[in-house]
Order: sequence, then structure tokens, then C-alpha cells
Amino acid sequence: MRNTIIWIAVAAGLVALPEFLSYSQQEILVFLAINILLVSSYRLLTLTGEWSLAHVVIMGVGAYTSALLTKAVGLYVPLGIIVGGVAAGLIAFALSYLLFRMKGFYFLIGSFASGEIIRLLWRRFREPFGGSKGLKGIEAMPDFSIGFHRFDFFEPASYFYFTALVVALCLWVLWRIEKSPVGLTFHAVHWQDHLAQASGVNVRAYRTLAFVVASGFAGIAGALLAHYVGTINPNSFSVEVMVFVLTWAIVGGTRTFYGPIIGCIVLTILNEVVLRELGLEQTRPLIYGAILILSILFMPKGLEGIVQKFLPKQEAR
Amino acid sequence: MMSILEVKGLTIRFGGLTAVDTLNFKVEEGTIHGLIGPNGAGKTTTFNMISGFYAPSAGEILFRGERISGLPMHEVARRGVVRTFQHSTLFAELSVLDNALVGTHMSFRPNIFAAIFGRDRENRRRAEQRAREVLEFFGLADLSNERAGDLSHGHQRALGMAVAYASHPDVILLDEPFTGMNPEETEQMMGLMERLRAGGLTILLVEHDMRAVMGLCDRITCMSFGRLLAEGGPAEIRNHPGVIEAYLGGARHVA
Repeated sequence: MRNTIIWIAVAAGLVALPEFLSYSQQEILVFLAINILLVSSYRLLTLTGEWSLAHVVIMGVGAYTSALLTKAVGLYVPLGIIVGGVAAGLIAFALSYLLFRMKGFYFLIGSFASGEIIRLLWRRFREPFGGSKGLKGIEAMPDFSIGFHRFDFFEPASYFYFTALVVALCLWVLWRIEKSPVGLTFHAVHWQDHLAQASGVNVRAYRTLAFVVASGFAGIAGALLAHYVGTINPNSFSVEVMVFVLTWAIVGGTRTFYGPIIGCIVLTILNEVVLRELGLEQTRPLIYGAILILSILFMPKGLEGIVQKFLPKQEAR
Repeated sequence: MMSILEVKGLTIRFGGLTAVDTLNFKVEEGTIHGLIGPNGAGKTTTFNMISGFYAPSAGEILFRGERISGLPMHEVARRGVVRTFQHSTLFAELSVLDNALVGTHMSFRPNIFAAIFGRDRENRRRAEQRAREVLEFFGLADLSNERAGDLSHGHQRALGMAVAYASHPDVILLDEPFTGMNPEETEQMMGLMERLRAGGLTILLVEHDMRAVMGLCDRITCMSFGRLLAEGGPAEIRNHPGVIEAYLGGARHVA
């Protein structure tokens, strides 16, 4: 009952939020919602102990797929977003065949290489990917009416509502997975893969499962982005963006579900509000790097560690 | 009658080293079978081949007449041959209950779609029931919510067995279960193994603690330098000149 009230309050807060923000801040809010989905899906992958550097490129797979299909065959945009997620998952499944012959550091490098290969393919083939200029004039989300209110999705506030709804649904699914026996098995694979195997867990299948599901949600995030900004190119999904995702995850902490989300929100606010006020947004990579190093040195448990201190102690997981 | 586990001509080479050389032995159902030998005799390597951790270079391992050698570890486990590990190999970051729940993986296979839509409540309930039952058996019920890494050494060893036992195995392979235990803990652990045997479980154990091996095992296989040295009951092994020679380099007594 108490939880229901909290969730209704959160939902009401999110509905009211755009009212208090300027147009450009509303735009940032849309990106923030997308990035939360991106970093949360990344966390699902890290549950099995593997850190990929291809996650942002996989997100791009979702973006390209949805952008191309909605334009070429006139697919309805929300459907395109789902298909984008499925395509990202399928590409991840194909990659997993090679990548999960490796572990740890080798997996990291392997994922980076395969991500770069995908980006080179986008760059190389002007048909259909538009080469290094990428895709322009991507179909926007068509207007949508719910009787008393008509959503014009060129408005950032409207697109924020749509994005928030999709992201909330995706986060709910990710949460359900993590709290289920499947999530427990992911943890088991991470902490002791040999013992998990001795308990009959097909470790490789579970690593693949986490990679495919995480990639699917990253693909949805990418498609949401593509239909909002209207233009994507290979550099939208470069390793620089990947470093931001890693920074959100590390600064926030990956032991809890909310850790990476907090990291993403705090660093986005820092970046968009504080740095912009100071006129320092050009130095974003430098400052992110410094924050990453400082948080590893002085805050090894991440922001979630600070939050946990104030929460009642929970069961070990 | 067919033996539950049969090792035939088992050989493994690492480069030029033959770690296990044409080893043969049989484990009968419902017995505790010991695998002993001096350090470097190839006991753990044999163990790793039976559990599917290594694939043998030659020879085969039969479980109820079916060949299991060369299968990956999770496939061997799914057929009913489950191992534990040396030292305290556990999911140290997870709670004791969660450790046992991982052990129920084979009986209650998780399904991601069922999990998302909440259609696996019955399975989750039964898995938890099984996990609690196993923890009760191993005397760990009061510690369910502790972090596994925080347990005492003896409790950690017991939990390692609980994880294996949770999956309803036919054969359980124990890798040095008594290492680092005090006499009291050893005594308790022996009691647990006798109860497991009484329940029809077959146990194959690699062990250095001679007192435990002699007191517990129905049959003992002794290895030396990768080969079979002797096989028999505890009394035979205790008095076997070859075994005494291998352990003490020609001295008079063993155990």
C-alpha cells in the first residue's frame, strides 16, 4: 500500500516535471530517460561479470534498424522501436558465438573490436546506412491523441512522456529478470562460474542470454533516440559515448539496480547544468575522466554506497 | 549388477606428462568410495575428468553404463554426477539461502519469460522449499540470511555439500571435504556423510585425512604416480605393503 502511494507520487512527479523546465532542459530530460535505459540494460550484462565495449554500438543497431525500416517500408514508429530492439538482440546473439569464447579482459577487447567492425560497416556502405554522414530525416513519432490531449511528438515534453513510459516498462522487465531465479543464476555465473557449472548451469547459455537481453533493451534505447533527434551517424555511437556509459555505471555503482541510474542522473545534471553554467561543456571528457578516477579512488562503492548507508539494511544478495 | 560409476583405462596427458595412466576402478551404488594417494598422484585430476572439468586423452567414464567422459561439466551434472570443490568454493557474495537455491537449478530450471510474467511462483516456492530442507539437513537453517563468505570454515564446507546435494544427485564427488577441519567438525561431517549414504546416495571422495577415510569408506582406491596402486576395503589398504611404501617411502606404519 505504502509502495503504491510512493509509485503514484513518482509518476505524478514525472508528469509534472516538464512544466518546471525550459525547452532545452526538457530536451535533456528526454536524453536522460534514454540514457537511464541504456545504462540499466548495461548493468544486466555486468551481472554475469562481463563488461562489454560494444553496448553503445549495439544501441546504434537498434537506432539504424528502426530508422531504416520506418522509412523504407513505412513501419509504424512504435513497432519500429520494438523491431529495433529485436534486431539489436539478434546481432548480439550472432556476436555472442564468437565473443563468449573469451572472458574478462579478452572479452572486453573482443567486444570493442566487433563494435568497431559494425561502425565501419555503417561508414562503408552508403546504401542503406548513409556512410559517414549517416541517416537524416528519420520518421518522427506520429501525433497521437488520447481524447482530451493531443501529443505532438516534436515537443520534447510529449516525447518525454512517451519515452518515460517505454523506459519505465523496460526497467520493470529488467527488475523482474534480476529478482527472479534467472537473475540469481546470472549472479552465480559471475561469482563462481565453475561452481555454477557443477550445479548444472550452462554458463555460456546464461552469458549469452544476459548479453542478448541487455542488447535488446539497448536497441530500444537507440531507436527511441533516433526517432527523437531525427539524424544518426556512426559517430553518434562512438567509443566516447561508451566511456560515458562506463562512467555512469562505475560512479553510480553496479551492485544495486538503482546504482547506475543514480550515476546517470547525477552526472547528467552535473554536465548539463553545472558545466553549462560555467561554460565548460567542451571539457566534458576531461572532467568525466577526472570524476571516474576520483570516484574509484575515494568512493569505491559508488554513489549507491552512500545511498545504502541511509537505507535500512537489506538481505545480502 | 552394473556399477553406478565405472572408470575404464582413463588416461590424461599434459604435454609430455602423463598425469593419469590407464586407471581402472568401479564405484558401487550406495557406497562411500575413497580415492587416496600421496600428493601428485593424480587424484584431483581424475576427479576433474569424472566431473567433466577435463576431457580425458584416452579411456572412458561410464555412469550407469552411459559414457559421460568428454561431456561439459553442466551436462555431467545434469545426468546426476555432481561435484564439490577444494577449499571453500562458494558464491561468497550471495546469502546462504541463495547458494542453496543455485543448487536447485537443475530441478527447477528458471525461465526468463515465466519470470517476467510471474508464472513461475509455484517453481520458486518449491525451489525455496527444497533449499530450506537441504540447509536444515546440513544444520545451516539458522544461517539462511548470512552472507556465505562470512560463515566459519566448517559451515562453508557444509554449505558446499548442501549446494551439491540440493540438486538431487545420484553420485556426489567430494574433493577433500575434511581439509582444514578440526576433529569436532570432521566428526560432524562424517556423521552427515553416513546419513547421506543411508539415504541411498553414492559418494566418491578424495581425501588426505586417513582417519576419516578409514572410518568412512566402504572401499578405497589408492593411486600413486597416476596409476592404480591398490584397491580394497580399509583393512586391506591399511596393511597393503605398496600403499605403505608409497606414503612413507618404506617406513613401517600408516594412518
